[in-house]
Amino acid sequence: MDLLSFFPEWVLTHGAALLVVLPLLLGAALAVVPSENAAWAISLIVAILCSLIAFALCVQTFGGESLTYAMGGWDPPHGIAYVIDSLSAPVLFLISLMAVLCLLYALPSVRAEVEPKKRAPFYAAFLTCLAGLLGMVTTGDAFNVFVFLEVSSISTYVLVGMGASRDRRALNASFNYLILGSIGATFFVVGLGFLYMETGTLNMADMARILRDLDGGSRVAQVAFAFIIIGLGLKLAMFPLHVWLPGAYAHSPSFVTAFLASTATKAALYLLLRFTFTVYDFEFNYVNSSVMFLLVGFGIAGMVFASLQAIFQTDARRTLAFSSVAQVGYMLLGIGLGTAAGAAAGYLHLINHAVIKGALFICLGAMWYRFGITRIADFRGLSKTMPWTMGAFTISALSLIGVPFTAGFVSKYKLAAAVAGEGWWWAVGVIVVSSILAIIYMGNILKEAYFREPPIVNGEVVARNEAPLMMLIPMWALALASISIGLNSDVIVATANNAAELLFPLADALPGGIFQ
Amino acid sequence: MNPHVILRVVAKFLIPLIVMFAFYVQFHGDYGPGGGFQAGVILAAAVILYALIFGLDAAKKAVPPAIVRIGMSLGVLFYGGTGVVTWLLGANYLEYGVLASDPADGQHYGILAVELGVLFSVASVMVAIFYAFGSRQPDLSDEDW
Repeated sequence: MDLLSFFPEWVLTHGAALLVVLPLLLGAALAVVPSENAAWAISLIVAILCSLIAFALCVQTFGGESLTYAMGGWDPPHGIAYVIDSLSAPVLFLISLMAVLCLLYALPSVRAEVEPKKRAPFYAAFLTCLAGLLGMVTTGDAFNVFVFLEVSSISTYVLVGMGASRDRRALNASFNYLILGSIGATFFVVGLGFLYMETGTLNMADMARILRDLDGGSRVAQVAFAFIIIGLGLKLAMFPLHVWLPGAYAHSPSFVTAFLASTATKAALYLLLRFTFTVYDFEFNYVNSSVMFLLVGFGIAGMVFASLQAIFQTDARRTLAFSSVAQVGYMLLGIGLGTAAGAAAGYLHLINHAVIKGALFICLGAMWYRFGITRIADFRGLSKTMPWTMGAFTISALSLIGVPFTAGFVSKYKLAAAVAGEGWWWAVGVIVVSSILAIIYMGNILKEAYFREPPIVNGEVVARNEAPLMMLIPMWALALASISIGLNSDVIVATANNAAELLFPLADALPGGIFQ
Repeated sequence: MNPHVILRVVAKFLIPLIVMFAFYVQFHGDYGPGGGFQAGVILAAAVILYALIFGLDAAKKAVPPAIVRIGMSLGVLFYGGTGVVTWLLGANYLEYGVLASDPADGQHYGILAVELGVLFSVASVMVAIFYAFGSRQPDLSDEDW
């Protein structure tokens, strides 16, 4: 534990609360800061501090121990407890690290896409969103989850709507998202109400204990489970509930898209894992059957239909948005399997997909920044006009498809191994089919970029015009992360296995590497 | 001359009372029903009543939008700042007990400070929403119809 000696003792004790308080308070302060650059710098510093703290928490919980922080000094189950364990700490690190990388990219991109007057409040909304996402993952109190869910959602609606100065459709997309997001949050809180009625507590660990004593509880607990799954399903864009996602991803500022694609649905997926396997128990009949049939069914449907929809999009951002819905399907398939190996594969894909999609959306944003293009037909010749951006895009696209030696391959292989281990060979077939569909829709874009000449404008071939360094750094950091995970996945697979062990404590020891 | 003279006189009489009542609800919140949220709404209602009777411009002169905007942030900072103070005193976040030598008194001060933050935020947000809707320019003015 040498790494921990770099952190002050106080930060380690209060890390869980600091992670939420820091972005929340500075977000509020930024709302009155007039200078755009100061707002950006403060946001970046906050994000860096958060990722350092989250890293320390990751290291602390890597061995499987969990840290509990009593808010206000009131001990759980009566007070609100923040709980960090090997399931939540990696998600916290992922969210805050993506925030840092996206913020690096934000300075040029926000300047190009958001009205000058709104830029400083934009960063305030971003920090509030970050606080909400981190809070959702940190807290061990079910009602607190709802509060942070709303904090992050409401600031997300604002962030999406800020795209209006570039594309008026952002307002429409933001409103759609607001309506559906509010319905999701309502379902979630109704579910919590029923759960509170059944157990008489709001502390998640306490709920889990009482539900287990009641052997699954009465019909009230079952109804609560249904409401919670639907509510979270809306938030994480589970296949038939995903209609808000393409619009929100396609029309918001590209910085927001990159950040949301790699964090918002991931935090909701974390909550799904938390509620399905920690608060409820996979042993309960109704949990077992609904997870097996609903999550797997919707996951599979999403993998196929969303991929098909992605093929027929003309706008590259919509292609990637539908691809995100399909990738959520992979995670749901892993989770719905109900085994430690499946949960580990789903969790691994959650992390890898965040890395991949973050990079892809940053690349698309850079292309818009230089040439103002989002339609696939306009991508022609980009391999010559923006070689570095296209390079990072290609690596991430291959990783999304699941080519060997990339992050996407590692998690898809794990997932296929997990479903095959259960004897679900048909599911392996679906994974392969969905990957082939991914080849088609990503291939459409790559084909335009590599096999066609740059367009001719005013009699001259469009000249090479590479993205600025501030954009190249985050996109290449993520692309290289994709490759390095593909080459050596030990740490990240161990992280996913730790998380799965927490969810399935009785599971036998999991195989270590990917090639058992 | 003025068609709303009764309204204006009554409002002028009522507004100070409404504000007083808001602060009563605020500071009595830890003994009886009430607290920062309710007090904030009542305080904002006073401003909104003023705007309804005397016009939006007069209200904006009395409570400038810039101050409202600062008030929204200030409330959150006040609430969170209380937690930071308890941190500096060596306790957990928002552990009010350390704010005074007697933990019971500490809880009392803590809740008052936090509720004051809620009052600022809620009152400012209510007024801000009212200003935002009130200052909207119609796409077509009424005469153009």
